[in-house]
Amino acid sequence: MSRRLLRTDRPMRWAQSAFKTRNGTIYTVLIVVALIFPGFADITTGGEGNHLVSTAADAGVYVLLAIGLNVVVGFAGLLDLGYAAFFAIGAYTYGMLASSQLAGSPLHMSIHLPFWLLLFVAIFVAASFGAMLGAPTLRLRGDYLAIVTLGFGEIVPRLFRFFGAGSPIGNWTGGVNGIAAIDPPKLPAFLSGPWFGTNWPIAVVAPFDFSDGNWAPMDYYWLIIILVAICIMLVTNLQNSRIGRAWMAVREDEVAAAASGINTIAVKLLAFAIGASFSGFAGCFYAAKLSLVSPENFEFVVSVTILIMVVLGGMGNIPGVILGAITVYIVQFFVLTNLPDWSVAVANAVGLGGIVPASADGSWIGLHDQVQRLNYIVFGLILVTMMVLRPQGLFPSRIREQELEKGTAEESVFDVREGVD
Amino acid sequence: MTNGTASAEPILAVERITKRFGGLTAIDDVSFVINRHEIFSLIGPNGAGKTTLFNTITGMYKPTQGTIRFSDRSITGLRPYKINDLGIGRTFQQIRLFSYMSALDNVRIGEHPRMHAKVWDALFKTPAARREEVRVTERANELLDFVGIRQQAHNYARNLPYGHQRRLEIARALAGNPKLLLLDEPAAGANPQEKRDLMALVEKIRAQGITVLLIEHDMKVVMGISERIVVLDHGQKIAEGKPEEVRRDTRVIEAYLGKSA
Repeated sequence: MSRRLLRTDRPMRWAQSAFKTRNGTIYTVLIVVALIFPGFADITTGGEGNHLVSTAADAGVYVLLAIGLNVVVGFAGLLDLGYAAFFAIGAYTYGMLASSQLAGSPLHMSIHLPFWLLLFVAIFVAASFGAMLGAPTLRLRGDYLAIVTLGFGEIVPRLFRFFGAGSPIGNWTGGVNGIAAIDPPKLPAFLSGPWFGTNWPIAVVAPFDFSDGNWAPMDYYWLIIILVAICIMLVTNLQNSRIGRAWMAVREDEVAAAASGINTIAVKLLAFAIGASFSGFAGCFYAAKLSLVSPENFEFVVSVTILIMVVLGGMGNIPGVILGAITVYIVQFFVLTNLPDWSVAVANAVGLGGIVPASADGSWIGLHDQVQRLNYIVFGLILVTMMVLRPQGLFPSRIREQELEKGTAEESVFDVREGVD
Repeated sequence: MTNGTASAEPILAVERITKRFGGLTAIDDVSFVINRHEIFSLIGPNGAGKTTLFNTITGMYKPTQGTIRFSDRSITGLRPYKINDLGIGRTFQQIRLFSYMSALDNVRIGEHPRMHAKVWDALFKTPAARREEVRVTERANELLDFVGIRQQAHNYARNLPYGHQRRLEIARALAGNPKLLLLDEPAAGANPQEKRDLMALVEKIRAQGITVLLIEHDMKVVMGISERIVVLDHGQKIAEGKPEEVRRDTRVIEAYLGKSA
């Protein structure tokens, strides 16, 4: 018993150190929220929390994407407006190699590789495309690079649409219909238990199929939590390494970085490839969970959304970017989708029920539909408000915080002269 | 340590370098040779082409004509990071520090090309990468100590006083283990006492076995410590020699001293 007492000490000390820094606090809160969220979702919806948990797992994909784009935009300072292209490449890599899609291609053979292997394949493929795009374009700076990435982001989904049925080289990608019936992840065996919300005692399930309704979407939820956790650890290590330092140096002053012996093009290329690999990783999970990929899932708006997440969360700061992703996701897929219903409820509650129904002559389409039409105006207003109130993002890196606060003091530094000793 | 006169072994040879920007000839057929362990100064009035020559030596500009040889190897047209890698470090006239990185990180950036951690090591914080970080951090602290700003290690570069920023740039350049250090007006904007301190630091750097090429606008500053001086005016070399020879040169007096006297 005395040993047990000693052990309880350790979490206490850990907790004390976890709350010492702001980022430690954010991570601790995130872990706690992630752990209790499924239970919370079940309680608030009266046992029907699966939909919320599934939505949370989808949000996790965006967290991965935001972490990846942060490497490119936040660390290395390269504006990438076509990031969804790598997301698409990851998703299609999984879709093509884990479904019957290629049976209809000139290969005449369906390939069903396991999810766990394809995670790494998708990383590799996306990173390669990142390097391929970067190699000829990273000599460009700032705005020019942004335009090139924008073009790439437009081309990739269109290529996936083009190489469907009737393309000169056969049907590889399912064209406009995309690829359906993609394999779910499988494990040879796993333990089912309370963590999947089932009330059964802990039991060995072999083989374990992730799409089985007995535990989906809880299993996807835990899987993405684990993937996100791994990515946070890896990207934090990167940030604090020789390579992370080189990225920051290139962002701060490319000329000085080159004069300090940094091969700026190689370093930027690496940022591009690593950013893309996170996106490929996310795409692989996305395709597996949805069991479907189609070109319109990767339009320009996806790239923009991810960029908003990064900027709004606080460029360069990993926990900030994660919170930005979660916030934007909640606003887009929860607040905005429910806003019509909420406004109807509010109107009824405050005695304005008269404006709810549509008018007979069609000049007023009803409050519900009207609010729905205004969705993106509301979204835009929310973004503008947030950026005006907090231009540095929700939780910026200390660097950007200072840059914005002291921006005006920049010039005077050179006039300050103090004695050397 | 070694004296310039003892070993006249060349380390850098600038051979007939010309640099034109459109119709403007910034450097016009300039040649000189710097010997190992020398403090060699490049002086001249504003707009003489000193910084352009620096940028040409360090690969920021490609020369229109001519070759630059470093340790018997042509470095003409190599990219800046390559030239740094071969052993030429530099500072900038307009300070170019990584403003929002700590002084320590600025110096650690200087060590980047000598480090070995690859993506894999960085991602997984391998023991080798950790050891390397510890080693590099120690060295960076030593260098900050060497230039006399150890106490600033954890402050943002931009928050350092001007004189310390100059010294930090020197520490960053030294972190790359240069054989030749190019200092672009390190004493610019300093008061006389600071100038003397900086020149003492330059002597200290030379004592480490590093050759120094110094740009200076103010001729008096370099007279005391330079072995040899080249004077540029309107992109042309108008004099070369020992400080006392240069000081007596009529063309120099005309172009340079005459103007300020």
